[in-house]
Amino acid sequence: MQTVCIGIILAPLLGAGIAGLCALLEQGKKIAALSAIGGVALSFFLSLILLKNLLWDGVELHEGELYTWGIVGGIQFQFGFLIDRLSAAMMVVVSFVSWMVHVYTLGYMKEDPGYSRFFSYTALFTFFMLLLVSANNFLQLFLGWEGVGLVSYLLIGFWYHRESANVASMKAFLVNRVGDLGFLLGIGVILLVFGTLNYQEIFEQATRGDIAGQALQLFQGHHWQAITVICILLFIGAMGKSAQIPLHVWLPDSMEGPTPISALIHAATMVTAGVFMVARMSPLYELSPVASSVVLVVGATTALFMGILGVVQQDIKRIIAYSTLSQLGYMMASQGASAYAAGIFHLFTHAFFKALLFLGAGSVIIALHHEQNIWKMGNLKRYLPITYWTMLVGGLALIGFPGFSGFYSKEIIIDAVRLSSLPGASYAYWALFIGVFFTALYTFRLIFVVFHTHERMDASVRAHLTEPGASVWIPLIMLAIPSLCIAWFVGDALLFDGYFKNSIVVDPLHDALPRIAHHYHSVMHFALQAPMTPLFWVMTLGIFTAWFCYVKRPEIPGLIIRRVEGLHRVLLSKYGFDAFNQIVFAAGGRRLGHVLWQGGDQKIIDGFFVNGSAKSIQILSGVVRQLQSGFLYHYALAMLVGLLVFLLWM
Amino acid sequence: MIEWPLLSLLIWLPITGGIFILFFSKSEWINPRWFALFTVAATWALCVPLILFFDRDASNMQFTETVSWIPTFNIHYALGVDGFSVPLILLTAFCTLLAVLAGWKSIQKHVAQYMAAFLIMMGLMHGVFAARDAILFYMFWESMLVPMFLIIGIWGGDNRVYATIKFFLYTFLGSILMLVALIYLGIQAGGFSIEDFQKMPLGLTAQLFIFIAFFMAFAVKVPMWPVHTWLPDAHVEAPTGGSVILAAIMLKMGAYGFLRLSLPIAPDASLLLNKWIIALSLIAIVYIGFVSLVQRDMKKLIAYSSIAHMGFVTLGLFVGYLLIAEQRSVESMQLGIEGAFVQVISHGFISAALFLCVGVLYDRMHSRLIGDYGAVVDRMPIFAVFFVLFALANSGLPGTSGFVGEFMVILSTLQANFWIAALAAITLIVGAAYNLWLVKRVIFGQASHGGISSLEDIDFRECVMLLLLAGAVLFVGLYPAALLNLMHTSVDSLLQQMMQSKIG
Repeated sequence: MQTVCIGIILAPLLGAGIAGLCALLEQGKKIAALSAIGGVALSFFLSLILLKNLLWDGVELHEGELYTWGIVGGIQFQFGFLIDRLSAAMMVVVSFVSWMVHVYTLGYMKEDPGYSRFFSYTALFTFFMLLLVSANNFLQLFLGWEGVGLVSYLLIGFWYHRESANVASMKAFLVNRVGDLGFLLGIGVILLVFGTLNYQEIFEQATRGDIAGQALQLFQGHHWQAITVICILLFIGAMGKSAQIPLHVWLPDSMEGPTPISALIHAATMVTAGVFMVARMSPLYELSPVASSVVLVVGATTALFMGILGVVQQDIKRIIAYSTLSQLGYMMASQGASAYAAGIFHLFTHAFFKALLFLGAGSVIIALHHEQNIWKMGNLKRYLPITYWTMLVGGLALIGFPGFSGFYSKEIIIDAVRLSSLPGASYAYWALFIGVFFTALYTFRLIFVVFHTHERMDASVRAHLTEPGASVWIPLIMLAIPSLCIAWFVGDALLFDGYFKNSIVVDPLHDALPRIAHHYHSVMHFALQAPMTPLFWVMTLGIFTAWFCYVKRPEIPGLIIRRVEGLHRVLLSKYGFDAFNQIVFAAGGRRLGHVLWQGGDQKIIDGFFVNGSAKSIQILSGVVRQLQSGFLYHYALAMLVGLLVFLLWM
Repeated sequence: MIEWPLLSLLIWLPITGGIFILFFSKSEWINPRWFALFTVAATWALCVPLILFFDRDASNMQFTETVSWIPTFNIHYALGVDGFSVPLILLTAFCTLLAVLAGWKSIQKHVAQYMAAFLIMMGLMHGVFAARDAILFYMFWESMLVPMFLIIGIWGGDNRVYATIKFFLYTFLGSILMLVALIYLGIQAGGFSIEDFQKMPLGLTAQLFIFIAFFMAFAVKVPMWPVHTWLPDAHVEAPTGGSVILAAIMLKMGAYGFLRLSLPIAPDASLLLNKWIIALSLIAIVYIGFVSLVQRDMKKLIAYSSIAHMGFVTLGLFVGYLLIAEQRSVESMQLGIEGAFVQVISHGFISAALFLCVGVLYDRMHSRLIGDYGAVVDRMPIFAVFFVLFALANSGLPGTSGFVGEFMVILSTLQANFWIAALAAITLIVGAAYNLWLVKRVIFGQASHGGISSLEDIDFRECVMLLLLAGAVLFVGLYPAALLNLMHTSVDSLLQQMMQSKIG
């Protein structure tokens, strides 16, 4: 199994290396694409083998050391793999979506001069992501964690001539670094408390229970439960990577990157790393209700308030980006409510349907010659039937329409939060509940405006409107299939039949899933039951509102905006997070730098002390020079005064 | 063990080579560039037995040579190396090669003198790291300044006179105090062996004076805030090769001094004053980080970022005493000191690499101002890969050497105090900010003027230099064990000395 793991990791790295060389030498476009796709495809098939080993060959768990990074003072820093049902499933999903996106890229980036470079980045991303997922220790996790951040930075700034792309890529990296600061400190506290960075050893100590009582004194006189400090610090890292409020600001701007990247990194895989990490650390989070409660409330807040913003966006990619933020909030909330399995399941279904929606949006964008404003689209159903139907599947999955994959995952999350008894759980429940309405509203606003209603494009654009080539629509269909029906086959196992076994630990006291299992009988039955739940009607109301406001009476949105202009402005300014960061952190940091440099270094240290002492020596030597005037009577006078003083002294 | 005097050869071979070039600089039949390269290569060859026969489990000095030098004062020509010196000697040899290559084309006047200065300096720096006698150490330490003074003064930029005088006075004033302290110790011990100094009992008052005298010398070299302002000026004026040596090796002398002299000779004073050093280190990390952010000159930016990175070195070295006060384990002290030392080596690679990158650009455009660049990647894609790699290494990306030291020091500091670690970890954000902003303005974006479009990508010589450094940065980042294993034993004995009170 170790060999398989190494193969999974190295195949995309090798692909990335070859593609990178091709990019630098500016030849071999085909080789670049083939090696990257081949590497990722190999990873996918090898991941399937891993999963098969775990499911049918009776392997419980595989832990293997790769090599020793360093041993310092008895602390071993090692790279290695922890393959269990959680990481194996995650690897399959990551490598599958990545593979599909690679295929899609063949067509999407065909004309781009950075073709090989793009493949090299995406394959490199897959490498880091798989490294992150398969890690058995925090050092490797952090390496993968920052590695995916690096590639995300490179890809957001892929079109490096654009000022906006460069700014967005920097913003993404820096905001992630804020999260990583918390994450790194979390790792430090783990080392302090557990004396190791290896997952298994940490979990073992944590379950023994002597850790729970341990306290840290961060402020004078205030003792904190060590485990709570750890979990919250790690969660700050997850907030950066998984874009939770207030560290969400980078994700909408990341849409500056090419669309396949938005699908792969900023929807399906990288941004879910935080969710994955919390699930991976479930043995720790289970020990800290405070931390879980924080996760729950932050997740639910993100889910609702970012969903609302989706309704006022006009850029097709940004609508989907805000939707991603909102869905990440759902996943996070689920982790907070200890329904890890449901959160991870939503991560999987979301990976499929959100990648599908992004790739569909990309298909629309290339068909319209890089137009992204939905108000310049319309009735595209006629021209792009495959895109339309697949995106409709993706949209229905996103809003949780009964029977579609997203329905199962989301329904269970909301149910689990309803059953949670953590502080803030009822707020979280209502936030998620109302969020369902907005999800349906912005999704169908997009679908109606883009694919239905009347044609708003220019005649010249309309003349050439056709469905993009096979490499674009094949991945759409390949992703539409799991978006529709993955839950039919794996839903039961993942949610209720204990698929995850020991890879996720839940304290039976607040395990909501078994309680939900009471009124869950089968996939079919659950879907048919849906109309009896309020959620279904909230969702339907959302679709109906979208239809009424954007198809039936298109003048209504304008009227509403005029009535609540202030609110609308708040929404357009995205609650002011960006302005705040810009003024306080970006401009403030630069101003502080100037003050310290010009005030501290140049004026005080150099101006006053260094050059000042040089000057005072100059003045002093001037004075001394005065003494040696060369006139005899000066010396005589000095001698006289000296003698006088001497005599008096005696 | 081998019989011949390896360390002496490492010191005197390059010095002889340098003098040789000076003498024959007028003759036609010797090419100073190739001769210098040959001498450096020969010195490299000497490093091979140094690393092969170095016993990493032995705590005593190795490859020792002792010859009586000035018997009246019991001064010896005594050499020897341990797990700290060996990596530094290797780093010196490595960086001198880069300096020679960096001046290959850009230095057109007084080539022989330029090469000679670097070769002589290489020998002297080896001497600093290998000296076991305090006076010998001081001789090497001071004479090293002369070639550097000349390098900046002759081949430097427009404002080189101000920079050289500032550089010289700063470092010289510090060293004078160190000399006084060394002489005092010599009189007390009846000899100048550094090992004797380390073993000798010493009262607290004496220790405090000695510590402060040493501190003056080393803090200027490191440099620590607030005695750092000579560094940006010196870097800006120095030629590329000079900057490489200055950043990669000379700054490390300060760190080396702390762990060779200050900590073992005055452990009680270190314990008493450690809070001040930690405070200064934190100021260096945070304050200087923000100062780096607003620099307009690439070299100044890298110089300031060097100061911030060296803050981690002093933090890692002195946080150990805080750990003792918190009654943490020796393991976490080890983490701090080894982290500090990894940071020393890693910063040597990264700062050298970044200064070379600036040199590559300066050779083409004759400007160091960030605003004069933009979209360099269009014309220089291979260079851009290196530049981005080194900038990210400078911001401590995991997988590069820049991460290892900072990671270990932060982990170690956190064992002592959460908030100190949190403050130090701010570098994660600020460091990324100034590095990425630099990359954005130089490599990406729009060209600031037409000159960019005539840039040519790096040639074979430049590619070799950067490739070597990239290899080193990634190797240490991915497999720091190679470096850590070299120094474990030396760190252990240093820790023993640090924890052993010398009072009465």
